[in-house]
Amino acid sequence: MTLLRHTWFMTTRQARNLMREPIWIVLLLVQPMVWLVLYGQLFRNVTRLGGFGTSSYITFLAPAIVVMNAFFGATWSGMSMIADLDHKVIERFLATPASRFAIVLSQIVRSALTAAIQALIILLVSLALGVRVHTGVLGWLVIIIAAILVNSAFAGVSQAIALLTRREATMIAVANFIGLPLLFLSTTMIARSQMPGWMQTAARFNPVDWGVRAAREVVLPGTSWGTVALYLALLLALSAVTAAWATTTFRSYQRSL
Amino acid sequence: MDAIAVDGLRKRYGEVQALDGVSFAVGEGEVFALLGPNGAGKSTTVRVLVTLTHADEGTAAVAGHDVRREQNAVRRAIGYVPQDSGVDQYGTGRENLMLQGRVQGMSGRDLRSRADHLLDLVGISDAADRIVKNYSGGMRRRLDIALGLVHRPRVLFLDEPTTGLDPEARVAMWAEVSRLAVAESLTILLTTHYLEEADQLAGRLAIVSRGKIVVEGTPADLKAGLRGDAVHIELTNGALDEAQRVLVGVGAKPEQVIDGRTIVSRVENGGRALPGIISALDGAGIPVASVSLSRPSLDDVYLHFTGREFSSEDRGE
Ligand SMILES: Nc1ncnc2c1ncn2[C@@H]1O[C@H](COP(=O)(O)OP(=O)(O)OP(=O)(O)O)[C@@H](O)[C@H]1O
Ligand SMILES: [Mg+2]
Repeated sequence: MTLLRHTWFMTTRQARNLMREPIWIVLLLVQPMVWLVLYGQLFRNVTRLGGFGTSSYITFLAPAIVVMNAFFGATWSGMSMIADLDHKVIERFLATPASRFAIVLSQIVRSALTAAIQALIILLVSLALGVRVHTGVLGWLVIIIAAILVNSAFAGVSQAIALLTRREATMIAVANFIGLPLLFLSTTMIARSQMPGWMQTAARFNPVDWGVRAAREVVLPGTSWGTVALYLALLLALSAVTAAWATTTFRSYQRSL
Repeated sequence: MDAIAVDGLRKRYGEVQALDGVSFAVGEGEVFALLGPNGAGKSTTVRVLVTLTHADEGTAAVAGHDVRREQNAVRRAIGYVPQDSGVDQYGTGRENLMLQGRVQGMSGRDLRSRADHLLDLVGISDAADRIVKNYSGGMRRRLDIALGLVHRPRVLFLDEPTTGLDPEARVAMWAEVSRLAVAESLTILLTTHYLEEADQLAGRLAIVSRGKIVVEGTPADLKAGLRGDAVHIELTNGALDEAQRVLVGVGAKPEQVIDGRTIVSRVENGGRALPGIISALDGAGIPVASVSLSRPSLDDVYLHFTGREFSSEDRGE
């Protein structure tokens, strides 16, 4: 009960602060838009190789770009925690009965909220570019949920790293270190059957790919709802684990005080 | 029962022994000051007491609760105003207060009226709905203090409450803290670099140096403990050793040397001893730039027990 109430209080603060600088939500969209438009054009003909489930590469790409953007956003989510640490806001909360889990969760929700708003915008742009979601409104919802879950799973990791290292430079290094590899070890840009065998195996264990597959499943014809549910459930479980881990890292921060 | 009971706290950060056996007790309703130079261990002591960190050794209880075993009970009973402001810069003053009150379990009308009251009390009502980022340092400090008070704590920890305030605001804050101590029947532990601050506010104080409490008592007791008057003799050139010998000869044994050229001696009756001191130095051909005489002050207490002058350097200015 206390946990839920505290999460609500803390999240209200995060959402309010986020909405006071909405410009960031839009500025951060430049990158995924470039991916969507440029890659969509550049590799237009790649679907001829087969295995894409559609002849329109941009239709194949759009849901994955939504998930990719949510993933990249998550790797930066610890920055907001570091700002709170630097401003001693966290120190002030730790001297109150505020729930530690609520503090972490509110950061994750902030990040996930950003990802959800961005997902909607990317989907609207995709719609304008001619992308049609096969399962309609329900499909849109699934894509946004996939974005939220991929984001929270990695935001938890980012929060943990923020609390463990407490340094922006380290955060940036880690974000770059895990960002591109996880992107390329997934089916974000290429059909599974076109990947080398070892990459296919690696992608199977890549949570980014779980999100991409769930999101793509509802866009292309022949949707298997069981597959969608499985991947979303995996992501939800992972989110719970990483959030719990991040909460335990408060102890490391307190040892530094 | 003591509001704060501290027994043998020791804490080490790597090579630094931040606390080296700190013990003291503060009674309910008392205002107690920890006074000491930079790095003495004042903030570390406070952080242990507000459950932010653990000591390696020793025990401490606040409002009757062990700071290690009953953390949440301690956290509910205390207000903490950290040395570095902990306000959320992107929220308004009022939003900061409301959130602080909520995590402390307050709600509804009680919280709203308490927030209004505190904003008024610390004098930032006009800025209550402005983003804190645009506050001045002094306004932020006032908000910090309001944040520490919102849930009507029994014990308030103020870590250098007036650092960053202009002299006028500082005096106003002293009046405020004294008033709060009475009005909210608070026990207050404050840390400070300012001797006048401890003298003004605290019923009792402890001087901390290198992780240890070197002396503790009421300001009056501490001053009285230093018998006699302090004579400050400033030399024009460095005939230090010779001057010290001369002073011993006239029964004004030097206690300290400041900046390598000012000797401080303590004598029973300054007015009577002064002419003898001056003529003895004169007779020995030691040029004197100035001589001054002072009744014991907390400055002298500080000097006496920490072995160094309370210079502006110590104040971190
Ligand atoms: N988190 C920390 N990590 C490492 N060393 C620390 C930490 N906090 C304090 N110290 C060290 O412990 C000693 C005591 O520090 P503390 O902050 O308690 O001093 P202080 O009396 O509050 O000083 P100031 O008047 O400058 O605030 C210092 O040498 C400081 O460098
Ligand atoms: Mg300090």
